[in-house]
Amino acid sequence: MNLLQLSWKNLTFKPLSMLLSVVLFALGVGLISLLFLLNNQLEKNFEKNLAGVDLVIGAKGSPLQLILSSMYHIDAPTGNITLKEARPFLNPKHPLIQQAIPLSMGDNYRGYRILGTTHEILDFYDATVAEGKIWSQNYEVTIGASLASELGMKIGDEFKSSHGFVDDEDLAHDDAPSFRVVGILNPTGSVIDQLILTTTQTYWAVHEEHDHEGEEHSEEEYEHSESEHDHEDHDHDGDGKADHAAEYHVDIPKSLLEEDDEKSITSLLIKFKGRNFQALNMQRSINENTDMQAATPAIEVNRLYSLMNTGEQALTILAYVIIFVSGLSIFISLFSSLKERKYELALMRVMGAKPGKLFSLIVLEGLLLAIIGFAIGILLSHGGMQIFAGAMKDAYRYTFSGWEFLPQELYLLIGTLVIGFLAAVIPAIQAANTDISETLTR
Amino acid sequence: MLKTQGLSFAYDQQTRLDFPDIDCESGEQWLLIGQSGCGKTTLLHLLAGLRTPQSGTVTINNTAINKLPTGQLDQFRGKNVGIIFQQSHFVRSLNVLENLLLAQKLAGVKTDENAIREILEHLNIGHKLKSKTSELSIGEQQRVAIARAMVNQPSIIFADEPTSALDDKNTEQVIELLRTQATNANATLLIVTHDNRLKTIFDKRIEL
Repeated sequence: MNLLQLSWKNLTFKPLSMLLSVVLFALGVGLISLLFLLNNQLEKNFEKNLAGVDLVIGAKGSPLQLILSSMYHIDAPTGNITLKEARPFLNPKHPLIQQAIPLSMGDNYRGYRILGTTHEILDFYDATVAEGKIWSQNYEVTIGASLASELGMKIGDEFKSSHGFVDDEDLAHDDAPSFRVVGILNPTGSVIDQLILTTTQTYWAVHEEHDHEGEEHSEEEYEHSESEHDHEDHDHDGDGKADHAAEYHVDIPKSLLEEDDEKSITSLLIKFKGRNFQALNMQRSINENTDMQAATPAIEVNRLYSLMNTGEQALTILAYVIIFVSGLSIFISLFSSLKERKYELALMRVMGAKPGKLFSLIVLEGLLLAIIGFAIGILLSHGGMQIFAGAMKDAYRYTFSGWEFLPQELYLLIGTLVIGFLAAVIPAIQAANTDISETLTR
Repeated sequence: MLKTQGLSFAYDQQTRLDFPDIDCESGEQWLLIGQSGCGKTTLLHLLAGLRTPQSGTVTINNTAINKLPTGQLDQFRGKNVGIIFQQSHFVRSLNVLENLLLAQKLAGVKTDENAIREILEHLNIGHKLKSKTSELSIGEQQRVAIARAMVNQPSIIFADEPTSALDDKNTEQVIELLRTQATNANATLLIVTHDNRLKTIFDKRIEL
């Protein structure tokens, strides 16, 4: 029967009177810890996906939206830009640009975005092929690691894309050819894990059929051999679609530099050779002199943080208030329990307990309450985070985890102990000063 | 082994209590009797070191207990003095066994569950080992209180009105228990009472 056991027995003897303190403590700690977790994992997700991109060029609109859509693959793109506008930046001889990657987006498969792009994107995200090969022909795709693990896709699988960014069967491109998985990437922890990568031309092929509707290939006899000459002219609703869709296309796309001016892409990810004055000027000049816009990921992400910060600060203040109130509640419940327990405290003195022992007993009770509250709070926040992670995964294909622990939580534990101690210290002093004789004769 | 010299105590300026000197030998059994309000309980608290006298000394086993610092006094009392109060109180969150274990622990004595079982058997409440103290009858509570006072084999046992709440039959039993326990442990027994039923049993008396 040591002091810890005794204080535990004392707490569990009247569990209801301590319940409020524990619940309040758990709420406060849970809220703070949840904010820590969210903040940390959001920032990690954002920073991991910066991928050294210096500039994103896309259609005019909200720069934040451009960054979110092109770099993080959440939110819709601002629109399209023509290849004519984009081509100067794709020129490998550009004096300022080290690398430029064209992105085409707008379709998905079961909620995973299909991205028409070039092979350089793999370098941006340090992605390597785990199995199979990199896409090289139209309708060939290399998929991120999550698709393999979550959807169980494997090499040789074929699928139809659907329009938009959410999984909607009504919007499926039923009449377009199937995509075929030719490679699977190693997991990188970045957004590329969630993407389906293919050629830019594939996008045009799937979509531009609409423009050619009723043209040369809408006849009854659809000849497959012809489609190989002009992959952009797939019959959208012709009768030949059945055998067309079943076929796997063998198209080696041309470099984008040689493609038609009027073709469009969604955006460009740019890496500069160096971040000098000219490079910075380029952004302004694009924004002022073209129909496109250029946005810096780091700046937009910081803007997003500061937007979130306001709400986060309000919640943090609320959480601290709750913890303060719970400290107060521990103080009150200990203080009022002292009145009922005065006699037994005096008795403990009679039996040989030094005043310091009674002090420790009450302090231990305060600390125990705080620790129980802390434990429940941490459980709540991590459990909540795990639920949130599931929701985030469904909505944005981003991975969050409830089972990641942060050093801040250790500080939170220390803070918890301090509050538990402070709440208990006055009742504890009272207990230590119990006048044995006075109490016993009453 | 229990000696006092010139003990006095004052709650305030007007009411000063002077107590006769006491000298009890080891193993003796004494009755401290007096009318209500004459300071019996105060004297008992002085003897047990629960209060500090205004003047005079209390010596138990050659230790002047009112000269000891608070912490040491608590330890000394836990080991050497067993006290039974008028009303039995226990640590409410603990059962009978745990209360007795706590008494050993707080006195700094090695905890010994077997000794506790034995003493409770002796007092005919062995079957209440795991009972909550609040579920015991008053007579049973008094026995557990005696067990608690005896559990560390003190050299002196003080009992403050141990029979005031008991009927004749229980009074007889409790006094008998106290006497045999004290005799077995060769402990000095001092019972404070105004209960006339006890006067016939004890021949050594201190009257206030």
